[in-house]
Amino acid sequence: MTPKALFAASAMAALLLALPASAGQLTIGFSQIGSESGWRAAETSVSKQEAAKRQVNLKIADAQQKQENQIKAIRSFIAQNVDAIFLAPVVSTGWDSVLKEAKEAKIPVVLLDRDIDPSGKELYLTAVTSDSVHEGAVAGEWLAKTVGEKACNVVELQGTVGASVAANRKKGFDTAVAKHPNLKVVRSQTGDFTRAKGKEVMESFIKAEGGGKNICAVYAHNDDMMVGAIQAMKEAGLKPGKEILTVSIDAVPDIFKAMAAGEANATVELTPNMAGPALDAIAAFKDKGTVPPKWIQTESKLYTAADDPQKIYDSKKGLGY
Amino acid sequence: MTALLPRRGLAQILALIVILAVDRVVSPQFFDLRLQDGRLFGSLIDVLNRGTPVALLSLGMVLVIATRGIDLSVGAVMAICGAIAASLADSHGLPVVLAAALGAGLVCGLWNGFLVAVLGMQPIVATLILMVAGRGIAQLITEGRIVTFSSPDLVWLGNGSVLGLPVPVVIALGMLILTGAVVRGSALGLLIEATGGNARASELAGVGTRAMILAVYVWCGVCAALAGVIAAADIMGADANNAGLWLELDAILAVVIGGTSLFGGRFSLVLAVLGALIIQTMNTGILLSGYPPEFNLLVKAVVVLAVLLLQSPKFSGLAGIAARLRRTKA
Repeated sequence: MTPKALFAASAMAALLLALPASAGQLTIGFSQIGSESGWRAAETSVSKQEAAKRQVNLKIADAQQKQENQIKAIRSFIAQNVDAIFLAPVVSTGWDSVLKEAKEAKIPVVLLDRDIDPSGKELYLTAVTSDSVHEGAVAGEWLAKTVGEKACNVVELQGTVGASVAANRKKGFDTAVAKHPNLKVVRSQTGDFTRAKGKEVMESFIKAEGGGKNICAVYAHNDDMMVGAIQAMKEAGLKPGKEILTVSIDAVPDIFKAMAAGEANATVELTPNMAGPALDAIAAFKDKGTVPPKWIQTESKLYTAADDPQKIYDSKKGLGY
Repeated sequence: MTALLPRRGLAQILALIVILAVDRVVSPQFFDLRLQDGRLFGSLIDVLNRGTPVALLSLGMVLVIATRGIDLSVGAVMAICGAIAASLADSHGLPVVLAAALGAGLVCGLWNGFLVAVLGMQPIVATLILMVAGRGIAQLITEGRIVTFSSPDLVWLGNGSVLGLPVPVVIALGMLILTGAVVRGSALGLLIEATGGNARASELAGVGTRAMILAVYVWCGVCAALAGVIAAADIMGADANNAGLWLELDAILAVVIGGTSLFGGRFSLVLAVLGALIIQTMNTGILLSGYPPEFNLLVKAVVVLAVLLLQSPKFSGLAGIAARLRRTKA
């Protein structure tokens, strides 16, 4: 979260605290990781919007990427006797004791965006996360459908080596294209999830594949690498989006800009709206005692040029990506 | 065996030729060049273009290391200056953008130089401060987002071409010539080497060692600023989280491959830049090879080890002894 947004958030929290809570209004504490990426900032802003929509009093605590800050925040939420706690865990282990405290205080905990170690399964109500294997599969299926029967050489820009989301997005895509023998991943290299590396790696792919003539599509594990790859293709005199198909994941605003310009074809959204389903689950749990499933999977929505990319760009760019 | 003991630069040139040859093997079109929109296009150009940031960093780093110092903050300074350039690009002209970015680099260099030369802090600790804080400063400037711009002037700095060569390469070449002219065209280079060789003796001999140290850190900051502006111009945006990340290590490696000792003293600008090119030739080769990315770092480590062994007099000595032993046995 940016300092400005942090200030706004704390000001808002103070304002909300000053107001007498109306009867039946839920108060929820949200322990957010901190400013690790643009997506994280967007998640925070969307969470605020979703809470406001449902008239929930959402208290956000920024942990600055430190687990001890998150534990402190959860303890303070317990002390304030909030109705529920949202946690976007910065790491997957070490939550047992603080979640037990929440359980003893009968405060339900919902995990957002990331899961924790399986040993703690009974300590939280539900986890709202995206399935990154499924994201890769959606990308692969779109490509297979778009290409049809003709032979297609795909180059892949992987995320950081060792990151689980990169491994999952690769696995999902590979499984989807394996059903279509005409699709072949001819080159796969890491672009570290960054624009600069995505561009550099794409430059080498183009040289290695006959000046780009043998490449039919590019698959990138995130949009930022694709933005870099699009630049590399343009500089090599190729036409991304027309001569070479592009499909990537995340749905950050800049990919919609490229899509509006006809230089990108598709992106799979990693929705920043994890709080919406979580808020609904908590409301149902509080009102009717409905116990949600242990895992609420968010939708991995596919966007293409047919979805009015300019409009989506305008609506997304203010979210802090 | 003395024939194998390298004259200065021989080991580096040999290493570059070997790596180029390996690149040619893994990628048959490696030496192909053609014109694309008035700009040379090919893997060799990629090596030069992608090697530019590290080459620029190594130009400053080699002077710092010659004074027996080290600057860990260059990657973070790149991020700061790239962020400043990107934030100003669409509202101000190129001269203002460049002045602000390079000015910021100069201030960063002054800060490092002040800590080392005036307060007498150890360089590795002094520059670690800005290495950590700098990225935070850059994130504050960009507010955690990737700031994009479309100013054609700044984009040209990253993607334009002069006589077919990418602008960044021309800039790096210009900086090499400028730095070389200043430090080798005057006694400055000698004074820097004296400071690194023995600061106390140099001080007693009348060398202004403090001024020397301050000056090399400032120059290092300016070089890093230029690298940061080019990196931002290249992707038409400033990515504060990733711009220049870990490049300080590549810059130090380039200097070391270039034969300059971390204990200060004698240095070579040209060989440091050659070191940067060796690193990039290897990186580009790895990308072209089609090996799974899990091998990238391993291959890099093995090649670096080989290049450094090639330079080590002790290793050459050992190899010589082994060869002699084999001869006497036979």
